[in-house]
Amino acid sequence: MPAVIEARGLTKRYGHVTALDGLDLDVPSAQVLGLLGPNGAGKTTAVRILTTLLRPDAGRATVAGVDVLEQPEEVRRRIGLSGQYAAVDETLTGYENLEMIGRLYRLGRRRARARASELLERFSLTDAAGRPVKTYSGGMRRRLDLAGSLVAEPSVLFLDEPTTGLDPRSRVTMWEVIRELVDRGTTLLLTTQYLEEADRLADEIVVIDHGRAIARGDADALKAEVGGERIEVVVRDTDRIGEVGGILETVALGQVVVGGQGNQLTAPVAGGPDTLMRVLRELDAAGLELLDVGLRRPTLDDVFLALTGQPTDDAAEPGGGAATEEVGP
Amino acid sequence: MSRIGWAVHDGHIVALRNVRKIRRVPEVLVFVLISPIMFVLLFAYVFGDSIPIAGLDYREFLIAGIFAQTVIFGATFTGAGIAEDMQKGIIDRFRSLPMSRSAVLVGRTASDVIYNLLSILIMTLTGLLVGWRIRGSLIDALGGFLLLLVFAYAFSWVMAFVGLLVPSVEVINNASFIVIFPVTFIANTFVPSENLPGPLRTFAEWNPVSAVTQAAREAFGNTNPALPPPDVWPLRHPVAYTLLWVGIILVVFIPLSVRQYQRAAAR
Ligand SMILES: Nc1ncnc2c1ncn2[C@@H]1O[C@H](COP(=O)(O)OP(=O)(O)O)[C@@H](O)[C@H]1O
Ligand SMILES: [Mg+2]
Repeated sequence: MPAVIEARGLTKRYGHVTALDGLDLDVPSAQVLGLLGPNGAGKTTAVRILTTLLRPDAGRATVAGVDVLEQPEEVRRRIGLSGQYAAVDETLTGYENLEMIGRLYRLGRRRARARASELLERFSLTDAAGRPVKTYSGGMRRRLDLAGSLVAEPSVLFLDEPTTGLDPRSRVTMWEVIRELVDRGTTLLLTTQYLEEADRLADEIVVIDHGRAIARGDADALKAEVGGERIEVVVRDTDRIGEVGGILETVALGQVVVGGQGNQLTAPVAGGPDTLMRVLRELDAAGLELLDVGLRRPTLDDVFLALTGQPTDDAAEPGGGAATEEVGP
Repeated sequence: MSRIGWAVHDGHIVALRNVRKIRRVPEVLVFVLISPIMFVLLFAYVFGDSIPIAGLDYREFLIAGIFAQTVIFGATFTGAGIAEDMQKGIIDRFRSLPMSRSAVLVGRTASDVIYNLLSILIMTLTGLLVGWRIRGSLIDALGGFLLLLVFAYAFSWVMAFVGLLVPSVEVINNASFIVIFPVTFIANTFVPSENLPGPLRTFAEWNPVSAVTQAAREAFGNTNPALPPPDVWPLRHPVAYTLLWVGIILVVFIPLSVRQYQRAAAR
């Protein structure tokens, strides 16, 4: 089956910055592609080209069988886009935003109104429907923007960092919403800085850096390369570190590594929280005290370290894409 | 529907959105309406008696000029509105929709007609209070108002284009003054063009602002047979000359602005 989103050799330069450097992408029908990369990797540029907002310097792309450069209008009819920054009118209410979009899709007044109400309901915004968007929280704005991209029920959807800047709870809500869309058969291209997000939502992941794909594959393949989740413990009494190591070894998939100032142990594991609980119970039963304990999942930074031997460019920035991810519920 | 039909439809939707925004932030209207009142009062009382015009009360002469200047200044709102729209996130939404490429501009220029309608109403009332009178028929007077609005509408496309060129909303006011002050002052708006020196006088005679002012003056019956307009074609046929300019401006600036919109939005 031909790909619904197909890009070949997309290239875009801004002065001497190469935002995209010959990027190829293929997304089969009803599949989710996660475009994973740090800030400045070229994710937004790729999305803007595929959604006709930007012309590439070289390369070509088709979306839903339509050439992006030759028939941009036709492409716009078939896609939904929710960009990195919510494209909503702050002064209008949520309802008015969606109604306006419906009418600009030329649905007619009645259908535009019905569709607006339906989407507000579906995205749990009914209570806020009559309020100006400037009173919305970040999560509500993102949901409204996503609703806006779904007004014409597109079969192809582009979401540019849909959860960046959201609090953990809003992020989980957003994941559920996206999951549901995908279950209905939408073809989705999603960009993200979070490996965990790509892992949850994407069938295939393309890791990009400096406008180029540096790895492709499903989440498992990627994680196999990077290493999966790990338990990290910091023990109080370094004399008893051997005992702690012994308990960790019973669940470890590989070698247990000593780090920190000789009081930290890291064990690759599977089973997430269940495994962590088991370890904790045994440590407690043995009367072993800990200073810190955590379940760590690999982050984008771990991926970069594994793939390139270097952390992401912005790993040092506070709040940058490479910050350690919270373990999701 | 045809392409033009859809362009009107989409422009209409964007205009409705703009009107909603005006209703939600009505404070803007206060500023829109205070300056016309101020203009009428200032000119009537400051210059009212110091600029003598043979056979005509200066206030009578003046009102059409103030009307013309004010509705042309109204175009500044269009420029600012467009510049602001371009900075807002909603533009990305508009650009990703299969809607007409001209809709944002068509909608903005259309909804801004409201400002001019209101300011004409306010100026008319203020003018009547300070002694101005419509001396012709009401139909003619309405024709005069209509011509002012049509000319201002065309001119708002010029400022829409300027609004797309400037990097931010803050720049637009200064940019507008550079365009608007010369065209509204080097005209017969505040003094008869005969009073102007050589080259300025020629400019004033061929300036469409003079023609629309002259046309409004005639429509309001604020003229005196003893003081005929200068014997130049534009001022002898002010309505035709004004409409000619309206046509030229629209034909040039609509396509120019739509092209610039597409470029600016793709940044
Ligand atoms: N309009 C622009 N002008 C100049 N440089 C740009 C522009 N847009 C993006 N870039 C540069 O292109 C690169 C890729 O940007 P972008 O696609 O936004 O990355 P991402 O979305 O992955 O963070 C960055 O280095 C960015 O600074
Ligand atoms: Mg981006």
